[in-house]
Amino acid sequence: MLSEKEREEILEETKLYPFPKAACIDALKIVQHHRGWISDEAIADIASELSMSKDEVDGVASFYTRLYRKPVGRNVILICDSVSCMIMGYESIYDYISKKLGIKFGETTSDGRFTLIPNTCLGDCDHAPALMINNDHYNNLSIEKIDSMLEKYQ
Amino acid sequence: METPLTKYIKPNQAPLDLKEYEKTGGYEGVKKILKGMLPDDIIGLVKTSNLLGRGGAGFQTGLKWSLVPKEKDVAGVRYLVANADEMEPGTFKDRYLLEGNPHQLIEGMIIASYAIQAEKAYIFMRWAYKKAEVIIKKAIEEAYSAGYLGKNILGSGYNLDLHLHTSAGRYICGEESALLNALEGKRGIPRAKPPFPATSGLFGQPTVINNVETLSWIPHIIENGSDWFIKLSTSGEGGTKLYGVSGRVKKPGLWELPLGTTIREIIEDYAGGMQDGYQLKGIIPGGASTDFLIASQIDTKMDFASVRAAGSRLGTGTMMILDDKTCPVAFIHNLIKFFAKESCGFCTPCREGLPWVEKVLMKFEEGNATLKDIEILEFHTKYLVPGNTFCAHAPGAMEPLQSGLKYFKDDFLRHINEKHCPWR
Repeated sequence: MLSEKEREEILEETKLYPFPKAACIDALKIVQHHRGWISDEAIADIASELSMSKDEVDGVASFYTRLYRKPVGRNVILICDSVSCMIMGYESIYDYISKKLGIKFGETTSDGRFTLIPNTCLGDCDHAPALMINNDHYNNLSIEKIDSMLEKYQ
Repeated sequence: METPLTKYIKPNQAPLDLKEYEKTGGYEGVKKILKGMLPDDIIGLVKTSNLLGRGGAGFQTGLKWSLVPKEKDVAGVRYLVANADEMEPGTFKDRYLLEGNPHQLIEGMIIASYAIQAEKAYIFMRWAYKKAEVIIKKAIEEAYSAGYLGKNILGSGYNLDLHLHTSAGRYICGEESALLNALEGKRGIPRAKPPFPATSGLFGQPTVINNVETLSWIPHIIENGSDWFIKLSTSGEGGTKLYGVSGRVKKPGLWELPLGTTIREIIEDYAGGMQDGYQLKGIIPGGASTDFLIASQIDTKMDFASVRAAGSRLGTGTMMILDDKTCPVAFIHNLIKFFAKESCGFCTPCREGLPWVEKVLMKFEEGNATLKDIEILEFHTKYLVPGNTFCAHAPGAMEPLQSGLKYFKDDFLRHINEKHCPWR
């Protein structure tokens, strides 16, 4: 079941398009915002709200990288692994974080605090290497900066 | 030297709000066209200015607009979309404009929308630009309250709604027809062309998609005319260009310079030259899907025709530097891995071909490659070409690979002969 708030927010989005189905991505984003990720139940909820089939909604959800079909940690770290960050040494940053948290790309810490995901270019190439935690950008990274940076996210 | 696009962008300062923007002559362009310019006059002016698309393809903007059928021929809504998806590795120019001068973009969009008689406009922006999202949303609200957007703009009878849509990720959404599918709430898979968006675009209606940097030019061209615009460039193609440099240079960054500034000037005078202990080996001039140029081509002018003549594409104009301490095979492998991951999966040559190329490059990195593998790579550069794939994604991926094989063949061979990466 969609919550009242989720339904309201989705309704607002549908007004921007000629038909409700076009708000599918927005609806997925809204539900993920409230629930952290998109479960099969969430897919079904959105499908009935937008008069779509479940498979159709899942087809959209599974296409986009920022829609999570599996549970993620409370904080998501997105490390840029594109070429400018490679030149400037993102690998050592990844190695350090991976060792510190005991997780590899695609994994979540056992306490649910962090998920680590590789990410394509963040548009921060002149300040490489760069990463994002939730909605925050960090750049010109060096290993010395990482501990205090991670401390902000519990 | 004039820098119209970035003149009012100050590092670490909030962008101009509506009032401040108006003080700099902002929204005068909108007033001017609504008082006394016909849509066709605007299209004509943009055509004579020779504004070439700044998203990478370099298609003439005025020509693109003129392909939209007239209202008497096609009924219903027409759309304008600003492509702010900017996901090309190495590219960070539109972000600067989005965060730095949002009203310039919005004004450009209002004028462009009026020129094609669109009544709805969207900004399609990449999800990662969180700061830009806040800034753009606020600017749109300001423009609505001042009456530059909405019903009956400045009493002219012209209506325009503008919305911001933030993407849910995926590089392919920067391809204009995939972008339209994403905006319609579908999987971001490119569409077959023709029909082109101008005749059948968003929701099947006439649509123009322009890059952020392209649209930001429009108010300036309305204000100063086409001769002024052409004179800004050193090569006659018109305007300035946002040039960026990333990699092992002393001062990576972004600068607005006359279109046609040479690579040497950009690297040496603006990016401060190579960092100590690093030599320039190669240049990817305009984003991941452009061919390498090499150090001896450093005097190439960064304009569409000159870079084409040098064997690459100007693309986004934000260059990535390959230095002598970075393995060219690893550099190319990284790019191909990106393209393989970002294939939308719709057509087989791309979905299957790119991961295969990626695996072969992995063999080089691990020291297990043979001469046969060079052949496999070369086969793909000839096979994954326009016409064999559904869109330009895989052919774009082949550009750095084919030029890399041409210029850095010896480095590929060293990986085979020494059975490991000489750089590791």
